This record gives sequence, C-alpha cells and structure tokens, in this order.
Amino acid sequence: MTNRFAAAFAKPHAALVAFITGGDGDTAANLDALVAGGADVIELGMPFTDPMADGPAIQAANLRSLAKGTTTADLFAIAAAFRNRHPDTPLVLMGYANPMTIRGADWFAAECAKAGVDGVICVDIPSEEDGELGPALRVAGVDLIRLATPTTDAARLPDVLNGAGGFLYYVSVAGITGLQQAAQTSIDEAVARLKAATDLPIAVGFGVRTPEQAAAIAKVADGVVVGSAFIDIIAQHGDAAAPYVEAFTRTLADAIHGAKEIAA
Amino acid sequence: MTQLPNSLRTGPDERGHFGQFGGRYVAETLMPLILDLERHYRAAQTDPAFKAEFDYLLKHYVGRPSPLWFAERLTEHLGGAKIYLKREDLNHTGAHKINNCIGQILLAKRMGKTKIIAETGAGQHGVATATVAALFGLPCTIFMGAVDVARQQPNVFRMKLLGAEVVAVESGAKTLKDAMNEALRHWVANVHDTFYIIGTVAGPHPYPELVRDFQSVIGEEAKAQILEAEGRLPDMLIAPVGGGSNAIGLFHPFLDDEGVKIVGIEAAGEGLDGKHAASLAGGRPGILHGNKTYLLQDEDGQITEAHSISAGLDYPGIGPEHSWLHEIGRVRYEPVTDAEALASFQKLTKLEGIIPALESAHAIAAAERIAPTLGNDKVIIVNCSGRGDKDIFTVADALGVAL
Ligand SMILES: Cc1ncc(COP(=O)(O)O)c(C=O)c1O
Repeated sequence: MTNRFAAAFAKPHAALVAFITGGDGDTAANLDALVAGGADVIELGMPFTDPMADGPAIQAANLRSLAKGTTTADLFAIAAAFRNRHPDTPLVLMGYANPMTIRGADWFAAECAKAGVDGVICVDIPSEEDGELGPALRVAGVDLIRLATPTTDAARLPDVLNGAGGFLYYVSVAGITGLQQAAQTSIDEAVARLKAATDLPIAVGFGVRTPEQAAAIAKVADGVVVGSAFIDIIAQHGDAAAPYVEAFTRTLADAIHGAKEIAA
Repeated sequence: MTQLPNSLRTGPDERGHFGQFGGRYVAETLMPLILDLERHYRAAQTDPAFKAEFDYLLKHYVGRPSPLWFAERLTEHLGGAKIYLKREDLNHTGAHKINNCIGQILLAKRMGKTKIIAETGAGQHGVATATVAALFGLPCTIFMGAVDVARQQPNVFRMKLLGAEVVAVESGAKTLKDAMNEALRHWVANVHDTFYIIGTVAGPHPYPELVRDFQSVIGEEAKAQILEAEGRLPDMLIAPVGGGSNAIGLFHPFLDDEGVKIVGIEAAGEGLDGKHAASLAGGRPGILHGNKTYLLQDEDGQITEAHSISAGLDYPGIGPEHSWLHEIGRVRYEPVTDAEALASFQKLTKLEGIIPALESAHAIAAAERIAPTLGNDKVIIVNCSGRGDKDIFTVADALGVAL
C-alpha cells in the first residue's frame, strides 16, 4: 500500500472517498473543493465512450468530458497538477480497460507513477483477466484496487484479493452506479465477511448520496465512496460548481468523520 | 465432431481466449454470473435432451435445413466459379439470427430464468428474440439505440406485436453499441431472474463460443449439401461479418478443411478512408463489451462510431474468434462498400428473384468480384444470411425513390 493510502486509512475515523469524472466541469477547482471540504481519498474518473457499469449521471459526465475533447494526456496532466497542489491526498484513477491498456499496460502504469497516482481501479478487468495491468502497476509502485460485489462468493474472493492493494472497494449493489442503494444490513454483513478475509481497508460505494447513508456505512466500513451525487452537482452548476462541491463534501465528511472511532 | 490435435476448431481455451482475443472483461458483479452461465452451457452440451429439443425447434419451427441454392443465372452472368447461396433468408423471421435465439432461450429455460433481454441494432436480432420469447411465453425487453428506433420503425412494431417491450436507449451515440451497454447494465441489476440473449459472437466468454455453436448448423448443413450437389467440398466460402455470427456459423465446420478458402466481408461504408464499419481493416485490438478484439477507436482507446448502409453490420467491433482467424491468416477479410452492396442487392434480386438483406448483399458483392477470377470448375458458397424485405425503405432512400 502506498504511504498516502496508509495515512488516509490510519485516521481515527472512516475516510470519505470522493469520485468525480476528469474533464467534466472545472476539474482542478472541483478537486481542490473536495480536499478543502474534507475528502480523504480522491477518485478521478477517466472518461470513456462506453461506461458499461455506470448509471445515467456518470455516463453523462463521461460524454460531457469527451465532448470537450478531454484526452488521456489531459487526465494525467490533471492528476500531476493535483499531486503538486496536494502532496498528501491519495489519488486514484478509475475507469475502463480500453483507455487504460490501449498504449500498453506498462505505459499506463509508468504514466500513473509519473503523475503521482496512488491507485487504479479498472472496472472491467476482473482478476481472471489481470495478467498485464495489475503486474505492470505493481512494478510501477501503484496499487491495483479491486472490486468486490454482492455476487462475489467465498470461492472467488481469494482470487479477487490476490494482487489487490490500496483498499478493497465493496460495490454494495449488484447494479450500476448512482441508482439503487443497498440495505444497511446487507452492507454490515458484507463488510464483516470481507474484513475476515483481508487486512485491506474496506470502502463501500454505489448508491450512496446522503450524509445519513454515509454515516451509517462509516460505522462499519473504513471508507465511504460517493460519486454520482457530486456529478449531479457538477452537472447542475457547470464550471461554477466548486463552492457547491465543497459545501456538500463538508456535510458528507462531517457525517462520516463523526460516525465512530475506528481502531487504526 | 472430431477434434484433431492441430485443429482450428478447439477454441476457445478454458478461459475463453482465442489467441490473445476474447476473454471475460466484465465488471466483478457479472463475473460469477457468466461463470454460472458457462457451467450450465457445459451441462447442456452433453445433454442429449437439450440437443434433441434444439434440433426439433430448428426443423419444425425455424424450417431447417435451409436450402443450398445453385445460383445459376448469377453464375452465368459472372462467368466464373459456380455460386451457391446458403438460404438463411428462408428461415422463420428471415435471417440466421433465430438459430442462436432458439439455442439461448433453451439455455434460459434450463437455468430457470423467467425474463429475457436482448440488444438490437437493425432490429433483426430483436425480432428473433421477441419471437422465441413469445414462443416460450417469457416477457422480453429489447434495448435499441434511439437513433435505430427512429430508422427501423417496421421492426420496432414487429417486436411490439410479438409482445416485447422496446427500450429506446438515449445514452452514448444511441446506436447498437449503446444498446449493448444498456442491456449489460440492465442485466447486472436483474441477473437473478433475467437471461441476456446476445445476438452475435461477441460479449464475454462463453457467449462467442455458444453463439458460434448454435450457428454452426449453417456450415454443417452446407457441408452435407455441397457434398451431395457437387460430390466435393467447396473451394471458397464467403459471408458478411457484423459481429460475425452468420459468418462463423458457416465457416467453423470448414476451418480444418485446408482446401477451402474462407473470406469474411466487412462493411466498408463510404470507403475505408471515410466512415465505415470495418474493424479489422480499420481498427486495432482493444477491449469492449466483455472481450478483447479489433475495434474502431481513436488513439486514446475511445470507441468511434461505425457506419454502414446495412444496420446489421454497423458495429465498431467484431467477434474475437474472427480477430484470431484474421491474425493467423486462416480467414481473409475484405471490405465491401455501401455502393457495392447496393448494386449487388439489386443484381441478385433481378437475376435470381431473391431479395437479399443488405448485410448479405455485401457477401454477394464480394462473390461478384471474386467469381470471375476463378475457373468455372470452382465452387463458392455465399451465405445469404437474411432476406431484404426489411431493407426496402433504406434501399429506396438510397436510390432516391419515394415510397
Ligand atoms: C441478415 C443479417 N446478416 C448479417 C448480420 C450481421 O450479424 P452477424 O455478423 O452476427 O451475422 C445481421 C445482423 O443484424 C443480419 O440481420
């Protein structure tokens, strides 16, 4: 695990993991707003034409970003500039296999390292297909963050965890981003099950929109991921979204950070 | 089927790979479910009752075997190799798509799934899926890009008559690839009771394999039929390639027959330097819709829009087994433009009294190009994958005729 992840998850409270799509709105300003509002880990979405696992909000954000001409080079520039401004906040790139691997996994991993990216989440490379990206990232010193879902059974979990770094992202609903929310009891059970299988911090996401939900999850998990709710704010306020992003981040961060004490 | 040690017919490997292509590039949520699908498919493959029911439905419902027609007037007109047409256009619903739908709905039944979903571009696979769903009394939802819904109204109405719900997909470019994204999204959230009938040899393993197996009836029949008609194997096979299901269905039983040249036809649209749908000629390997294959994309790996006059070929990817057959050189892939297909559509109609689908017309156009270069002792089988009734509006429009 990179030092930044270790520090973020060693705090005496659960982490707010905030997702926004790169190139949608004023990304640099929004990233600063997330940090200022109290986000502990940043996930920066790499836009893709075919975001198969995303709901309407993030799909639209991907298309808005691409329509503005956002390239992979732009994404890495956004990441590198973020790293300069915020030396301590962990930064994760999240996206799809094709943009990540089109120039070769080694190229991508090296760019991540150069830009100061701590971790990568690739939605559509399950452990079965991870012969290239995961190894390349590990060589470059970047964590590959794996996803576990309600359908990940006990037989598969060891494969999912093999090679996983940073934190484990528990996708709490069998579905796409931004729509349904999971019953809290199912989250409690899943987190307990995952904690029994790994020492990695567990962050829970998909469908989390309100401070109340976030607080409930923060009682049991090490991190709470919020994405579509930020994207909605950016969709509504466009290039002037930063103050709104910061205010919303603060309500989430307060709820999550106050939810309980987690033994470090 | 005998599997020689050095056979080209043994793929994919146990992880669903054809060489570097194929695989299971899906979100973790879907992974356990496609593993489950694979287990059920393996069980079905060795169950004689499954095969018996498949064969029964193909014979009595679809109307198989489809004829192998010696296109004598076309052959004379071209003055070269003898051309036979495999008449998939005579199947129930008018194309090869139904073969696969029968197989998959039987799998759905076997798995106890009670709802059916599918993606469709032109609406042919949607109609075939809605048809088998009606036959089995299962509710069915078809995802179709909003742009395609607007330009394929007759098929939309057909699907509705068959009892299907048609969802106009407004995301992305609103065409076939987006319909497939949306079907996958719906499937992820509803997989406990829903079976996804994918319409071509694409998607995550085991779809490319099972769709191929269900479509291989085309080549198996053609082989027996040509042996009866000519007493020997053909010199060449030609089929149009969208995702590649009709083509692999014809090709697969012949892959190990060295003397048989095999040609797949990609849609070159306005030409390879303009808008087209030729993933092999104009694309690069990448990852989309659950598999690694040749894709139309930009240098950042963003998927670009395909174009073909034939909606069924209008897809920016190609089945992974075709990518592999292309790379090992067993199958030669050639482009045919909109204009060439349009001319062949009319020519076949006039010479043989057969109105081919625009997809199939691409293969006819290639046959017109190739047959005259071969001696009249040579034999070509062309897959007439569907009938062209669905295309008369498009063709009229292209010819400037108001209907
Ligand atoms: C008649 C016909 N032929 C060919 C195709 C292309 O699909 P595939 O390449 O999977 O056979 C279609 C698709 O709709 C079709 O309707």
